[in-house]
Formats: sequence, structure tokens, C-alpha cells
Amino acid sequence: MSGSGNRRLARPRSAATLGAAGDPLWVKWVICLASLAFLGVFLLVPLVAVFTEALRKGVGVYFESFRDRDALAAIRLTLLVAGIAVPLNVVFGLAASWAIAKFEFRGKSLLITLIDLPFAVSPVISGLIYVLLFGLQGWLGPWLAAHGVQIIFAVPGIVLATVFVTFPFVARELIPLMQEQGTEEEEAALVLGAGGWQTFRRVTLPNVKWALLYGVILCNARAMGEFGAVSVVSGHLRGRTNTMPLHVEILYNEYNFVAAFAVASLLAVLALVTLVWKTLVEWQTQRQRQEPAFVPAIEEHGS
Amino acid sequence: MSIEVRSVSKTFGDFVALDNVSLDVPDGELVALLGPSGSGKTTLLRIIAGLEAFDLADQSHILFDGCDVARQAVGRRRVGFVFQHYALFRHMTVYENVAFGLRVRPRKARPAKAEIRRRVRELLQLIQLESLENRYPSQLSGGQRQRVALARALAIQPKVLLLDEPFGALDAKVRQGLRRWLRRLHDEIHVTSLFVTHDQEEALEVADRIVVMNEGRIEQVGTPDEVFHQPANAFVMDFLGNVNLFHGRVESGRAVFGSLVIDPPGGLQIDGDTARLLIRPHDLEIHPEGESLPGLRARVTRVQSAGPVVKIELVTDAGQPIYVEMAHERFREAPRAAGERVLVAPRDSRLFVEDYTNGSA
Repeated sequence: MSGSGNRRLARPRSAATLGAAGDPLWVKWVICLASLAFLGVFLLVPLVAVFTEALRKGVGVYFESFRDRDALAAIRLTLLVAGIAVPLNVVFGLAASWAIAKFEFRGKSLLITLIDLPFAVSPVISGLIYVLLFGLQGWLGPWLAAHGVQIIFAVPGIVLATVFVTFPFVARELIPLMQEQGTEEEEAALVLGAGGWQTFRRVTLPNVKWALLYGVILCNARAMGEFGAVSVVSGHLRGRTNTMPLHVEILYNEYNFVAAFAVASLLAVLALVTLVWKTLVEWQTQRQRQEPAFVPAIEEHGS
Repeated sequence: MSIEVRSVSKTFGDFVALDNVSLDVPDGELVALLGPSGSGKTTLLRIIAGLEAFDLADQSHILFDGCDVARQAVGRRRVGFVFQHYALFRHMTVYENVAFGLRVRPRKARPAKAEIRRRVRELLQLIQLESLENRYPSQLSGGQRQRVALARALAIQPKVLLLDEPFGALDAKVRQGLRRWLRRLHDEIHVTSLFVTHDQEEALEVADRIVVMNEGRIEQVGTPDEVFHQPANAFVMDFLGNVNLFHGRVESGRAVFGSLVIDPPGGLQIDGDTARLLIRPHDLEIHPEGESLPGLRARVTRVQSAGPVVKIELVTDAGQPIYVEMAHERFREAPRAAGERVLVAPRDSRLFVEDYTNGSA
């Protein structure tokens, strides 16, 4: 009797001071505040700083920075590089993840490891590899120079370095999803008379479209923002081989802070747009994957 | 359209999945490939569909109505294939799933839109899911998905219909309803069908003919009656329903299993051979211990009378467990209780001595 009475007394108090996990409320608050403060200092303040610095001398000067010939060239080059690197990596990513998820072959785990290589290697090193390969003192450099092809300190080198650095994004998104989905739907399509391309377009691609888009978004963000690898192979020729991140660095080193932060703010806006888009796509992907759980199935017996 | 398989083998590395298998499926029949997992039945089905290649050999052939299809691509064979987990296109509605096989045809062979619509509607009516044509597979129950998979396979008007464990992923109640429905459907449309199952009850109930497989070989082909009542060997008998298995020896022309002696007409040839006696639980009778019949003395350990038949577990004096099943009426005439000592005698049994097989009444 007394035991049950005690428990009844104890319950309202525990509800007031304990969170769902049973921790005291103050612990929850301390943890939340700490992480928010950390995010604020290390992420939010710099972001705000970028825009304040960019707008320090007024909106007129801010927009004037984009009319600079070199700034425009940098923006154009960045768009060009992303425009080449992203489609290439969509094709590579689809091919690699298709091979890994749908076929059994020797060296499969080696391929998976290789796909992760750009994540493991410092971007500067990946840039240096290209210099070593294609540079004037490199292995293929003299031959290329003799044929009038310039890769290092030119746009092709920047594209190559960007493709290398952004390679894992699409493949990494697709591999687990394709592995989970297996090959039965493709087999069903083949049995029903669909050709290889029809099967890909009507069955495989629609099944992975959200994951693919997610990979493309991440790949694009990285392609536009890449600094290290591109910096090594670019040669920093103003108006010719400077991408936006490189241009920001040059402006900053010349104490042209407003222009530097103005271009930087463009990259920041890109990041924000990417984040919003990514969240939307993530939400879609989640919905697509969890659909079976949400819709009540109707079972008919003995029809 | 008939299916003929001629000496087909398939090995995965060192593992022999199919060992020189030949099989005939006559036109219009519904045939079950029955066997335990790993017996090669699904591999055989996939080879017939063209989803799996078999080991190249000159004498190996797959014939549909006498025409060799072994070198034909999967899509050209016009087979309807129903996958174990249905493999419905998850991003397409029921309607789009069923229409898929018609829509992917080359332009010349593709029916007009209205014709596709008519055919799909007809099939949806056949599977009784007209009202759900706009649903996605994830919004259907297991039994409904199964029927959509079947309609999708039938849409291309297949020459043969192949089904891989068609009811494997369903719960018992739905499974029963669906397999009767499949049987009725087959009686209506008469397309040559081959289905894989590991469930003997399913095979016995649905099929015109049963192919029993084990370890990559065909053990027996026959009607359900034949494989059940005249099993070709101990494996078939054991696999098609519960059996009590007794090990014994041939002594002076008779098979001896402890106190139970089987004396087959004509006698047995080789003394000392190992003999196996298989008795179905419903072919065993329980008598009072004193009775002087050929049988085994045993003690009742458990009586379970819930269900369609009474199940009695016993243990012989030699320590071997025995299972007996009897009708409730019979049990009521002579009830047994745990601990009681009795004499168990076979009414019917099958004796297998090495390769020599003979039934004994």
C-alpha cells in the first residue's frame, strides 16, 4: 500500500524535472546552448561577417565589384568548370554504382576503395599529381607540349582536378541505394521485353532519381567551391585561370576587402541555396523510402 | 506451348546447382517444381526464363514447342515470370506496372493506346483489382502485389508462365486463398505454367504434375497422387509429408526393424543390406500392449487433440520417437493418455533397401 502511494507521489515530480531520456532538464539545456553557441561562433558569425564586409561601403560598391572584368571571368570559369565536372561525374557515378550494385566481379572492393580516394587524399596532393603527370617537367608534359596541348595552368587542368576531387559524391549516394534495391526490377523489365536502355530509363533511373539529385547538389557545391587542388594546377592567371575561390584569395591578398567579400558572398549564397535545396531533396528521399510504412495496406483474404 | 529441357547442367564454382537435368512440361499443364532450398529448382526456372545461363554443352537444349530458345535473349522468349518478391516497379502505379510489357514494345509491335488500356483493364478485372489501378505497390497488401505481378506477367500474352515461390512471402491464410485462385485461373486461361515451391502441400493442392528435385537432380515426376502414394525413393516420401523413419537390416530375405519384421512378397535378395522403413503418421495404429501383432512396443509421451486430427507422440523401447495421427472419432473409441504402454503397428508402409524398392501392405 505505502509503496504504491509513494510511486504516485513521485511521478509528477519526475515528469517536471526529467526529459524523455531520463536526464535532468538542466543537462538538456546546457547541451543545447553549448551546441548553439558553438554553431553561432564558428558558422553563423563568419557568414554574417562575409555579408557585412561585402556591404561595408554600400550596395553600389558591392555590385560594382561584380562588373570587374576579372571577377566576371572568374564567375564564368567557375560555372564552366562545374558545368563540365558535374555531368561527367553523373555519368561516372552512375556507371560505377551500377557496376558495383548490380554485378559481381573481381576487384569490386578495390573499386569501392578507389572511389573514396579523393575523400582520403588532401586536395593539394591531388593537384600536385596532375602537375606531376601533365606539367612541363612531368611524365606526359614534354609530349603534350610538343603537340601544343596545355593542361596545367590552363582550363583543362582545372577541370581535371575538379572532376577528381568531386568524383565520390554521386557514386557514394547511389551505391547503397542501388545495392538495397537489387536487380529484380531490372530482371522483370528484361523478361517483359524491355531493352537495356529502356530498362535503365524507365526502371533504374526513376528508382534512384532523388539520391542522384542529392549527389549532384553536393557535387556541384564542391565543384564550385574547390580551392586546394585547383589552386595547384591553375597558375593564378587573372582573367584566365582563376576560379571564384582563387579570385577571392587574390583580391584579399591585395587588400581589396570589399571586392573579396563580395565575391565570397556569392559563394556563400550558393552554399545557402545548396543547403535549402539539399534539405528539400533529403525530405523527398526520406518520404520515398518510408512510403510503405505510412500507407496502411488493405489485406483481402481468400479472394 | 510445351517446355522441354534436355540435359542441362549448371555449376557455380565448385557447387553443382543442376546435374544433367531433363524435363518435359506438356502444353497447358500446371507443373510444380518441388524441393528443399538448394535443390536447384529456382536455378532451373531462371534458366528456362533465360535469366541464367547454363553450362555450355552440345547436348543441352531448352525447347519451347520444339524450337530451341537457348540462344534467344530473355525478352524474346515471351515468358511470363513472377518473382518471389514480386519485383513490381515501385515508382509505377498498378496500371503502369501491368501496361509496362506492352509499352516497351518496339513501335511497330506496340498496340495502340486504347488497345493497351483495354487489355490492362481486362487483366485488372481478372485479378479483381480494377478499383486499385492508381495505387502504388507500397500501398498494396502482399496478396494484392502478388496478383499484380501475375497480371503484369500475363499482359505480354506469354507462351509459358514461370512462377518463383509465388506464395512464399504471404501469410498462411492469404496463401491458401491465393493458390486456389491460381488453380482456377489456370483452368480458365490454360497457359503452360511451371511454379517453384518448397511447400509440399502447395504442390499437392495446385499442380497437375509434380517434379520433385533434390541436390540438383530430379528424383521423381508424377501426378500428386503418384508422388504421394508411390514415392520413387525415401527422399520423395520423406519430403512429401511427415514420416516415421526406421533403420533396419535384411536378414534371410526379410527386413528386420527390431520386433517389427517386414516380409515383402518375393523376398529380398541380399542379406545384410541396410533397409529403411517409412511409415506415414496416419498409417500407424495403436493397439493395447498385450495384442500379438507384428509391431513395436512403445510408451505414449504426449497427446495433442487440438486441431483437425489427434497427434500422439510415443517413444519405442529402443528409444526412437514415433508420431501417430488419427481421426478424432477413432481416438474417442480408444483414448490414450501419456505414460500408457501400447503396441504400435503399421497399416501401410514403404520399404526401401538400397536401390531396390518395394511397397508392402
